[in-house]
Amino acid sequence: MSKIPASLAANPQINQWVSFETENIVTLRTGKVEIGQGTVTAIAAIAAKELGVDFDSIHMVPADTHDSPDEGYTSGSFSIEHSGSAMRWACALARTLFEQQASTVLGSGELVVQGGIFRRADRNEGVSYWQLASQVNLDQSSADLPPPELIGGTVDHEHLKRIDLGAKLSGGAFIQDMSLPGMLYGRVLRAAHPEDRLQSFDRQTVAVLPGVVEIVEDGGFMGIVAKRDDQALDAIKIATKTANWKHERELPPMTEANQWMADLTPRSTTFIADDLPVPAAITRHHGLYTRPYLAHASIGPSCAIARWNDGALTVWTHSQGVYPLKRTLARALRVTPDKVRVIHVQGAGCYGHNGADDVALDAALLARGTNAPVMCLWSRADELSWSPLGSPMRIELKAGVDENGNIAEWEHAVWSPPHISRPGFGDGVNLLAAWSLADPHPPGPPNDAARPYGGGDRNAVPLYKVGKRTITHHLLPQGPLRSSALRSLGANGNIFAIESFMDELAGIANADPVAFRLKHLDDPRAIEVIQAAAEKAAWNSNEPGGEGLGRGIAFSRYKNVGAYFAAVAMVEVTDQVKVQRVVCAVDAGEVIHRNGILNQIEGGVVQAVSWTLKEKVGWTPEGFAVRSWLDYPILNFSETPEIDTLIIEPDNQSALGAGECAAGPIAAAIGNAIAHALGVRVRHLPLTPDKIEQAINAL
Amino acid sequence: MNESHHKPWSFKVNDTDVSLPLDGDISLLTALRHDLDLKGTRIGCGEGNCGACTVLLDGRPIQSCTTPLWSVEHRDVTTIESLAHDGGIDVPSIFLAEQAAQCGYCINGIIMTVTGMLMQTPPVSRHEIVAALDERHLCRCGAHVRILRAVDRAIAERGARQP
Repeated sequence: MSKIPASLAANPQINQWVSFETENIVTLRTGKVEIGQGTVTAIAAIAAKELGVDFDSIHMVPADTHDSPDEGYTSGSFSIEHSGSAMRWACALARTLFEQQASTVLGSGELVVQGGIFRRADRNEGVSYWQLASQVNLDQSSADLPPPELIGGTVDHEHLKRIDLGAKLSGGAFIQDMSLPGMLYGRVLRAAHPEDRLQSFDRQTVAVLPGVVEIVEDGGFMGIVAKRDDQALDAIKIATKTANWKHERELPPMTEANQWMADLTPRSTTFIADDLPVPAAITRHHGLYTRPYLAHASIGPSCAIARWNDGALTVWTHSQGVYPLKRTLARALRVTPDKVRVIHVQGAGCYGHNGADDVALDAALLARGTNAPVMCLWSRADELSWSPLGSPMRIELKAGVDENGNIAEWEHAVWSPPHISRPGFGDGVNLLAAWSLADPHPPGPPNDAARPYGGGDRNAVPLYKVGKRTITHHLLPQGPLRSSALRSLGANGNIFAIESFMDELAGIANADPVAFRLKHLDDPRAIEVIQAAAEKAAWNSNEPGGEGLGRGIAFSRYKNVGAYFAAVAMVEVTDQVKVQRVVCAVDAGEVIHRNGILNQIEGGVVQAVSWTLKEKVGWTPEGFAVRSWLDYPILNFSETPEIDTLIIEPDNQSALGAGECAAGPIAAAIGNAIAHALGVRVRHLPLTPDKIEQAINAL
Repeated sequence: MNESHHKPWSFKVNDTDVSLPLDGDISLLTALRHDLDLKGTRIGCGEGNCGACTVLLDGRPIQSCTTPLWSVEHRDVTTIESLAHDGGIDVPSIFLAEQAAQCGYCINGIIMTVTGMLMQTPPVSRHEIVAALDERHLCRCGAHVRILRAVDRAIAERGARQP
């Protein structure tokens, strides 16, 4: 690489990334945050190798708007690509500057650095980073220095262990475990219907409940601050019982194929319209696929701590983006951004935009009237209903196959509400409480992640050679429930549709699904992962299927520019669908942390199996239908498939994120395996026994 | 609340006697986290459905969020904080060796269930442990295959210790 990484160009000072302030400690600052995906460990490993220091000497500073690089959100499987490459470059520059200084001490000749000590190859004496620190200026812009020589690679990644897990598996380690002196506890009253607005509650009774310090009311927002969290919760329970709500709007009827979407006005963009001839003799086929709303369903309740001091606010948060949250909080609270500091503290896995940002505004509103820090926690019911959800999708595919079994024409149209409505996207204030204040901030108009990565249209463009393509994204306004980023955004639904459809077209062409895919691909890395997965799964094109046992394959390149992933799923269908085994092949370029990639793939597979077989957030005329874990079963231990993952590491390819690449292909591989097992195609997620039965009855 | 109005509830936590003058209906989870500063027991759903708050009560795994304080009087509570030091099978170290976690939020509860079941006599089977995990624990990151590998390793260690 000879071009400065974008994240470093945006945060160019070397000492924004790496410094040697403390003896024998390397202090690293990244704008990316740990959300259980292991990224902080991987970035530390890159830095340790590039600097020539012991891995154990690395100290990773949590993202903090006071002094961390601004790297936006930790999302989209971009952390290693963006922050990892910037950290490597910054560390290489630092090593180069220190090496020059070491030469003046040790004399000319080739130097090696190991364990943080520079030595000449022929001598024992050496000088360390820390001994040289006062003589080397790292407060220099990387843009003003020549590109450094990159060593590349990471430290011993075969044996590398996560740096955060030891503390987590022995005691307090998460934001929910924090305690500040004099800290109070806040809870917010929220409705059981998305269109209800608070009118009144029995304030007098609530105000005198044990431990209640303050009741905060602002328009339709109401929260209680108490000395203890159990007291705040008890007070919210009483307030809930006495609350009166104004019902502002009805919800549309919920239907299987997301029919309610037809009543919304889309903003439509046909962003690929090839001008190519189509042969006259083609066999046409079409399919309509849907995905429901999905819950992030973090195990930990959303949590934040806020403290006001002299008009300035400090917030501790498990948000995925401290800088965007800082700017949006400032807008919501009508203060200037310099009055807000946002510090990341690790939380439970979030899998995208959950309630983490919203609860930060809740905490700030509740803390505003006190001098004390206030921790605010969300209830499980609010977590599952008021958090943004993964966006529902409706995908229509049409294609024509010519007489040689080649796809000659392909149309993909996807209708979906926004897949990103994070704070900072669009013009509005995307924080829940802001919308119901007496002087409200409206949410932004519907927006979505820009192409080429895309939101609802993420992975809507097939990687296959399909002749004449017409690809259209119909961005819908928000639907009856609130949607935003969930792991892989639209890729899950689009790949489910495309890869299901590919199997259907293979059937029309009378071709084996693996061979049919390979025939329509040019990219050697795509071909290799498909072949590798098929081979590892002992794919047999003559396997007849039926009798309830089946296997299916699916493939994608995440975002069409990220990791290549193919999977073969083996299912047994009885009165339930059991995914018995999943064989995966992944090419994520350079491997930074092998165990980290395996962990992400395994977790991605399990979560995608859960989405595909079980998960759906619905609603009723009375409001939210998912209020507890009992309403939202997820995959359990005995339902978990055996997972075999093969990592393919090509030479000289830069590292790609692996966190989200499994989400789409797994859904389709299961759908294809069910079709192979039963001879019926189910196009509406989740693939539940009742829908399979309907499909059989419709034959 | 004037806490001194409440009768003190006496019980053992990690082999230490404690006495807490609190409302007896407060959950054991709240008492552990708020009053005893033992934060390794996680706050999850608060409704007894996710298992993140699991501790041992007289050696048996229970969900502390739905266990009222009055019900633990004169009994023994064990939390994650004491596990590595009690001479039993060191399940946390096994989970770390297997890197059996992603975010780790659910793991301490799972470790408590596995630890409690491994201590039982007669020995419980792998099938019974997996059934208990199905019944009591949720993991959203999908660390399931690693967790099951750690369970297998812990069972093997139990076997190696028994004559």
